[in-house]
Amino acid sequence: MSRYLLGRAGQAVLAIFLALTVVFFLVRITGDPVILFLPQDVQPKDIVYFRHLLGFDRPVWQQYLSFLGGAVHGDFGRSLRYRTPALSLVVSRLPATFQLAATSLAMVACAAVPVGIASAARRGTFVDNIGIAATAAGQAVPGFWLGLMLIWVFGVWLRWLPVAGYGGWTHFVLPSLTLTAFYAAQIARITRSSVLDALGQDYVRTARAKGIHERGVLARHVLKNAAIPIVTVFGLNAGQLLGGAVVTETIFAWPGIGQYILNALRGRDFPVVMVGVFLTSAIYILVNFLVDLSYVWLNPQVRYG
Amino acid sequence: MAESARWLVPRTGALRRGGRGLPGLWRSRTGTLGVAIVAVAVLCAALAPVLAPYNPTAAQFSTTLRPPSAAHPFGTDQLGRDVLSRVIFGARISLLVGGVTVLISGFVGCALGMLSGYLGGWLDAAVMRLADVQLSFPFILLALTINAVIGAGLQTIMLSLVVAGWPLYVRVVRGEILALRHREYVQAAIATGARNGRVMWQHVLPNVATPIIVVSTLQVSQFIIAEATISFLGFGIQPPTAAWGGMVSDGRNYIFFAWWLTAFPGAALALTALGVNLTGDWLRDTLDPRLRT
Repeated sequence: MSRYLLGRAGQAVLAIFLALTVVFFLVRITGDPVILFLPQDVQPKDIVYFRHLLGFDRPVWQQYLSFLGGAVHGDFGRSLRYRTPALSLVVSRLPATFQLAATSLAMVACAAVPVGIASAARRGTFVDNIGIAATAAGQAVPGFWLGLMLIWVFGVWLRWLPVAGYGGWTHFVLPSLTLTAFYAAQIARITRSSVLDALGQDYVRTARAKGIHERGVLARHVLKNAAIPIVTVFGLNAGQLLGGAVVTETIFAWPGIGQYILNALRGRDFPVVMVGVFLTSAIYILVNFLVDLSYVWLNPQVRYG
Repeated sequence: MAESARWLVPRTGALRRGGRGLPGLWRSRTGTLGVAIVAVAVLCAALAPVLAPYNPTAAQFSTTLRPPSAAHPFGTDQLGRDVLSRVIFGARISLLVGGVTVLISGFVGCALGMLSGYLGGWLDAAVMRLADVQLSFPFILLALTINAVIGAGLQTIMLSLVVAGWPLYVRVVRGEILALRHREYVQAAIATGARNGRVMWQHVLPNVATPIIVVSTLQVSQFIIAEATISFLGFGIQPPTAAWGGMVSDGRNYIFFAWWLTAFPGAALALTALGVNLTGDWLRDTLDPRLRT
């Protein structure tokens, strides 16, 4: 087990290192952002001085090495725009993202899993058809459009809910609905197919033959066996959501990490972008690692040697 | 993680199991619907100049922000352009991006996946690590970074989608090849002295074709939505070109009093994606029932 953990940790560090490296060089291809941060009537010698001050006059490989040196110690430099440490700026945006992700994931789990099970248990019936149609629609509707349509219906037309911003529970409804629709459709489809798969197994026939009624068969024999694919995809979704929902946060002016990274990208605030890359990939890798560990509990046959 | 690639492919179980080939299509209602929607979208893209009642980029300042009417069934936008005409022309960008990028990323991913799965060794390790990095980095952020760096535009957006899309194929193809490599007919081909290239082309590729076709179809809709999302965020197709994502982005500024600017292009986008997905589901059920459960 410890060898497995060590291997996984090594893979994670390598993946994060490669992601940081790729993005570091990618954002520097088009030159430095110094001009963007200076007034229009600036003197050329001031540009040179400012560039020197920020270290952009050094060769790229030197910049890269000093970036890596700092990053190892958790120092990603200061935001070019706000002049404060980039890491704490981005971390301060995490709570809003986590709250939105948790609400959405809870809604996904509560909505999608029952729909998927009902759909599979009543395969070919009216219930199943409704489920299939709803999930097909949910996967086809683009998030940014759904968000805007929800704003229009509930915010502009009915005036029931705030159109954007961060605050009380009413502010959570529209953004989390927007996120839930897509992920719930995906989870419902996977639940349906893996429950169908489990229903066809011999142990289900045995359980039925023993006289256990259908609800008991579903609850005790089918669900746990169908859980691994569901948990896997749920984990992938959680990893994405906790790393910031760029589009939804932007539409609803949600003060989360996704919107912040997008703005940093627009404003060429390199240190903030790097922190964003680091945090989103680290969260994604961590969540997927937890998912892999959960297999041991879900299926005792899984062993990590 | 590697095993999970299969589950990532969205799926609906087919109620009716179609026969092989086209005849099965008419037995599957959802498949028929999907193919019909895709056909309409392709027709719109191909015959846009004939079908569109107005010039999609010509401003007409005497009729700005008019609600849907007989003259303008989808209304007009802030520059007085006919929304219906722009929606019809928008199909061109979406289908072009969806189709071409899937072909390229599919080609790159399949080639890497075959080499990786067949040759193994350091190449396999390198390709798989690269795919892992790719997957651990949010797709939309990567695409946005590339577009922010190289400059927004059609080519950039397609490049960023190719960069984001190849790992899926690597995983699918590599998995299939690892399973196929030890089959008797492959071993027999190797034993008779066939070279690597011939074994892959003649004996392995035909057996991987079906999952590739199924995965590609479903990726077309993901790419169409991704392009629209990137354009929506302002990093993609630039005005005045009519593209659905950009139209929704423009409409966002007027959502308080001109809903039609947002509603129609977005609906066209969702409908096209739905059509492609239904077609993909039908293809999967017909060609490869194995992928279903």
